[in-house]
This record gives sequence, structure tokens and C-alpha cells, in this order.
Amino acid sequence: MIVEIGHFALVLALGAALAQTVAPFWGARVGDAGLMGVGRSAALTQLLLIAIAFAALVNAHLTSDFSVLNVAENSHSAVPAIYKISGVWGNHEGSMLLWTLILAAFGAIVAAFGRSLPARLRADALAVQGMISAAFLAFILLTSNPFERLSPAPFEGQDLNPILQDPGLAIHPPLLYLGYVGFSIVFSFAAAALIEGRIDAAWARYVRPFALTAWCFLTLGIAVGSYWAYYTLGWGGFWFWDPVENASLMPWLAGTAFIHSAAVMEKRDALKVWTIFLAILVFSFSLLGTFLVRSGVLTSVHAFASDPRRGVFILVILAAFIAGPLALFAWRAPKLRQGGLFAPISREGALVFNNLFLTSACATVFVGTLYPLALEALTGDKISVGPPFFNATFGPLFIPLMLVMPLGPLLGWKRGDIVSAAQRLLAAAVLAAVAVAAAFAIEHGGPVLAPFGVGIAVFVMAGAVTDIAERTMILRLPMRATLMRAIGLPRSVWGTAFAHFGIGVTLLGIVAVTAWGSERIVAVKPGEIIDISHYRLTFDGVFNRPGPNYRDVVGHFTVRRASGDVIGAMEPSRRTFPARNMATTEAALMSRGFSQLYLSLGDPNPDGTVPVRLFFKPHVLMIWLGAIIMFFGGGLSLSDRRLRVGAPRPAKAKAKDKPALQAAE
Amino acid sequence: MKYVHALLLLIALLAPTRLWAVEPDEMLSDPTLEARARALSKELRCMVCQNESIDDSGAPLAHDLRVLVRDRIKAGDSDTQVLDFLVARYGEFVLLKPRLSWHTAALWGLPPTVLLVGAAVILLDLRRRRSGQVAGEQENLTSAEEARLAELLRDSSAT
Repeated sequence: MIVEIGHFALVLALGAALAQTVAPFWGARVGDAGLMGVGRSAALTQLLLIAIAFAALVNAHLTSDFSVLNVAENSHSAVPAIYKISGVWGNHEGSMLLWTLILAAFGAIVAAFGRSLPARLRADALAVQGMISAAFLAFILLTSNPFERLSPAPFEGQDLNPILQDPGLAIHPPLLYLGYVGFSIVFSFAAAALIEGRIDAAWARYVRPFALTAWCFLTLGIAVGSYWAYYTLGWGGFWFWDPVENASLMPWLAGTAFIHSAAVMEKRDALKVWTIFLAILVFSFSLLGTFLVRSGVLTSVHAFASDPRRGVFILVILAAFIAGPLALFAWRAPKLRQGGLFAPISREGALVFNNLFLTSACATVFVGTLYPLALEALTGDKISVGPPFFNATFGPLFIPLMLVMPLGPLLGWKRGDIVSAAQRLLAAAVLAAVAVAAAFAIEHGGPVLAPFGVGIAVFVMAGAVTDIAERTMILRLPMRATLMRAIGLPRSVWGTAFAHFGIGVTLLGIVAVTAWGSERIVAVKPGEIIDISHYRLTFDGVFNRPGPNYRDVVGHFTVRRASGDVIGAMEPSRRTFPARNMATTEAALMSRGFSQLYLSLGDPNPDGTVPVRLFFKPHVLMIWLGAIIMFFGGGLSLSDRRLRVGAPRPAKAKAKDKPALQAAE
Repeated sequence: MKYVHALLLLIALLAPTRLWAVEPDEMLSDPTLEARARALSKELRCMVCQNESIDDSGAPLAHDLRVLVRDRIKAGDSDTQVLDFLVARYGEFVLLKPRLSWHTAALWGLPPTVLLVGAAVILLDLRRRRSGQVAGEQENLTSAEEARLAELLRDSSAT
């Protein structure tokens, strides 16, 4: 019964979404405040209804109601509760429901807290948001109904894919979706601005909280996915340039570009047309990401929906929501007035540089991901585009970006002084040079360019610190005054510094682990020893260990320092899930500072030896630590007084406090 | 959501033979030759897998290819010769970094094109708007004045 209520609520939600599309749009055209108000109540109703539907599905999973097809296919009574819940979005139907739930939640935020938004802008944005919602709800109801019943109900479920029974993959999809879908609001506002044919700096202020929220979650989501791949797949890679990964990287790159260009728009009223274009682009990539993963177009069909009906439906949604706004853009953009002027050497100039390179990097990922599909469809030729391609094209685009990044925040708006900015970065540059020299001295082997990679990473980190040091005038003022300045700095300035610092940290981790990681692949007998870096592992043997819904074959290894003292044990295992007759490799990880020992086990050989892959991953944890710092930086920037949801000030007040603001910077 | 790798790994793990990427008994005893083999393996696709190199893949085909690469290296082939041999046998599809040719021109050309065209548009726009400044739309002048004012104010308060 609860399941039917959920299904019914979903149908009603489609009705609410349609009302949200038509009423406020019409109201905005004829200037009827009442009709425009319908958009708000429709958005809130829609959230309520989808939440009911989602709760019904969660309930079905939690109670293991196998009369529901979705539960029977993706759950099992013995699965721990957390994976019963994550099983809801561990499949196509449920994950689309989660997608629309988040979509509706963002729409409801605009409806509930957007009181200070211009009425017509809000009405139009809600209408566009409702349109997206309606399309996806129709998609779910027509092709991917999660509430489908199964008769007769099976006695037991088929179990959740063992790969998904992992804390990392339990939270990865919701984080990623918060990112993807968060950009839908930015998109809706862009479409609304185009419908209106008018746009000003305040627009950037309205959408920035949403863009930042989305960006933060996308960053975290990608990092969690990457860490999951690292520890699950058994060979310790952290990024594979797989189309599914690229699908999430593209919105991130475009979204990062958007945040920066929106900053220019907000502060200087410039780059407006470009910012609107980026807003459309980011959400297009988000939709593309959903499409790539969901439609089976990548022929990774085993994983997900191989039903072509779904693929075609998503393709239609994709075409409508990309081509439509782009056409609107082409029609309306020439009417938008370009604002503030700036010299090439200025904060704006640096941000334009950032946008140029981020967009190019995004184009690289885009073409590399889709070219093989397009070529095969057009000519039938099959080619492969893999990591070596992306390393050769993406890397060179990112290096200039990293080098200019510390410079940007030190340049003034409108016209910057590059000499003085460079002087202020002298300490950072010296530090970077020392790091390069140190890397050359300490590390032997590895690529010749690797120490320069370390140098760039250190430069980026030191540059972020320089920015804060300059603004607080540390060492030049008494400690107390510096502290007062630090407290007085806008949180967005701190946010920028943290996010930039995080990039440096991630880069350092990537360089170190790629250049100086080591690896041993051997077959060992009990009692045998493997040496790696400064560590010595002794293989003690294999034993069995039962789990709630699986069996482990565990290898036990004692880890010692080269000097001989024991520092712990590592227990990699091979895990078998009887319900699906599947097995996974559970690698053992031991952190030493930011570095990790990584050990995975193969199937025992007939002669009694066990194949083992042992890696030493120097500074590998920095890769994800950097992402967490970026997330934190984004959050700080979000908490900035000026950017909080619902607190955008009218344009007049903003113009007045501008001088004070710039003085503080 | 790298289910793809995971699933392929799973399929590999479920296969009757023991299979998981580079195995101890495949490796060459000479470390320099082995290092070359590993580097080459990372450039070669396991053709039955979803975008996986033979170095990462546990599929039987990847195993065969790894052994083949090592055989060629032992026979004294250069890296290019090994790649040529594999391309002749399996086609361009085996290369994870496609060679530049007419049908990959757009692939290799697009990133630099976006960068260069973008840079050109930005430069032209800067130039146009600087000269357009004189032609002077009313709004433009006011906003420029406004910014100038802000700059003056900042200069005076910063010192």
C-alpha cells in the first residue's frame, strides 16, 4: 500500500511540476502576481510529493518488500541496513528518483527563501526548474518506474551488487547528484534572465550560493568516487579517464569556470554574456553526465540500463534542454549589454585566462570522451582514447593555469600591477624553487619533470598563503592588528585561498604518487618477505572469516620498518558474495603520514603460493585531502555574508558599499 | 561510479583461471626491459574491456597481449616496432593514444583550436571595446566613471 502511495505521489508530483512550469511563466508574461505565486506553492508541493515517493521506496527497501521489482532486484534481507538504504539509489530507477528529489529540493529553496529576488526572475526560474522536473518525472513514470510490483513475490532478493556494498559508493551518487542538480538552478536563472532579456551584476549574486553549493558537492563527490576506485579496484589507480569519470569532470571544469566568471560579473558587471553561456554549458554537461552513465551509450551496458527506450528518452531531454536554451541564447544574447571595461593585466584578465584554459580543458575531456563514439557512429572506424591521450592534452592546459592561479588574487580589479604582484609572489617562487631542488636531491628515478611538478604545487600553495599574508599584512603590522585584519577579511577571500591551496595539495599528491610510487608483484609462500620502500612485509598465511552476507579469504601480513620493529598488520582479502556468486578484492591499506602501503591479494596458485600486489603510494592521501580543503574553501565562501541565500541586497545598496569592500580586500 | 572497471574486474575474477592484471610469472627478469614493457602496456588497450589498458586489466586477452609485448621486447623490438606490430595485427583500436591521422585530426585539433580561437576572440573583443569606448554609449561611460571612482576611493583608503 505504501508503495502505491509512493507511485501515486510521483504522478501527482508530475502534475505539480507542470503547474510550476505553466502558471508562473504565464503570470510573469501578463504580470499577474497571483499566477506567479502559484510557482512557489507548486514547487513546495512538488518537493513534498517527491519526498513521499522517495520515502516510500526507502521504506520498501528497508523492510525488504520483495514484491517490489526494484527491491527484489537490488536488495537482500541479509544486507546491512546502510546498504538497504543505499540500494535505493544503487540502481537506475531509484537513482533517477533521487535525482528528481534533489532537483525539487533546489527548486523549493528558491521558492521558500528567494523573497528578495525580483518577482519575474523568480517566477521564470521556477518555471524552467519545473520544466526540467516534469521531463524527468515523465521519464521515470514512463520508462523507469521504481514502484513496479512483482507477482508472485520472490522469497529472497537478488542482492545489491557487491561492488556497491561499500560506504564510498553509498554516498558517492548523492554527492554527485547534489553537484549536477545544483547547477540546474544556475541554468534556470540563466534561462530566466534570457527570457527577460535583461541581466545585471545582481544576477551573479543570486546564483552564486547555488553554484558554490553545487561545486562543493561535485568536488567532494568526484573525490569520493576517486578514492573508492583507488581502494576497491585493487591496483591503486586514482583516476582512469574513464568516460563515467569524465562525465563528472566536465561539469566540474565548466562549473569552476562559471564560479570565476560569475565573480567578475558580480564585482565588475563584466563578462555577462559569457557567464550566461557558461551557466547553460555547465548544466548541459551535468545532463550529459547523467545521459552518458544512464543510457548505456558507452556500451558499459552491463552496469546499467541497456534498454534503448530510456536512452532515446534521455537523448530527447538532453537535446531539448541544451538546444533550447542555446537557441534562446543566440536570440537574446546580442541584446544583453556588456558592462565594465578592464585592462588585460587585471583581476578580470586573470579570471578570463582561467576561463579560457578551464574551458579548453573541458573541451579536451569532451572531445576525448565522445570522439570514439562519434567516429564509430559516422564512419564505423573504432579508435580508443585513453589515459595517454588525456595526459598528453589535459596536462599542458593545466600547467599554465596553475602558474597564473596565485597571481590572480593579487592583481587589482580593472587594472593590475603585474610587477608588484610578481614581487609579492617572490617568496612563494623561492619556496617553489627550493622544493624543486629538494625533490631532485631526495628522490631518485621517476620522470625528470616530476620535481617541477612539485615546484608548481608548492608555488600554488605558497601563493594562496601569500594572498592571505598580504591582505592581513602579517609581519608588517603588530600581531594583534594582523589578527583583526584576518578576522575582518571577507569569508570569500578565505574561501578562495583555501580552495586554491587545496588544488596545490591535490597536485602535490598526484605528482608524488605518479612519479615516485613503487610496486611489487610477486607470488609468496607463508613466511616469505617482500621489501618495499622503507618497509618489510612478512606473509603469515591465509585464513577464512565469515561476514554478514559474504565470506572472506584473508591474507595476514606483518609490517615492519626496515629497522625491524613491527608497526602493524595488513589483511587484504578476497570477498565472495554467495547470493550473486560474485567476488571482490578487498585491498588492505596502511597509512603512514600521507603515504600509504597498499596490498591486494590474488587467488592462490596450485603450488600454494599467493600472488600479491604491493604498492607504496607516497603522499597519495594528499590527492583527496586537497579535495576536502577545496570543499571547505567553497563552504567558507558560501558562508560569506554577502552571498547567503535570501540575503542578496538591492543593487543600489551594493554600489554604495563597494568602496568599503574593496578597501577591505 | 566506476562500475565499469569494477564489473570487468569482477568478470575477470569470476573466470575460472586466476586473472588479475600483471601477474608475477609474466614479468621479465631484466628490470629495464620489464619497465619498458610496463610503459608500453599502459598505452595499449585491452580490446574486450571498457577503456582499460592491458596493464590494468585482468582479462585473458590482456594477459596474452602482455606476454606478446614482452616476447617482442625480448626479441629485440624497439617500442615503436612493438606498437606497429600490434597495430598491424589488431588495428588502431589497440592504441589508447590514437595516432594523428585524417580521422583523428579533429580529436587532436580541437583542444588547441578551442584555446587559440578563444584567445583570439578575447583579444579582438578587448581591442574592439577599447576603441568602442570612444564611440561611447551612455551606460559605458557611466560605468567606467563609476569604476574609476571606486578605484580612486580604494587608492585613497589603501594608503
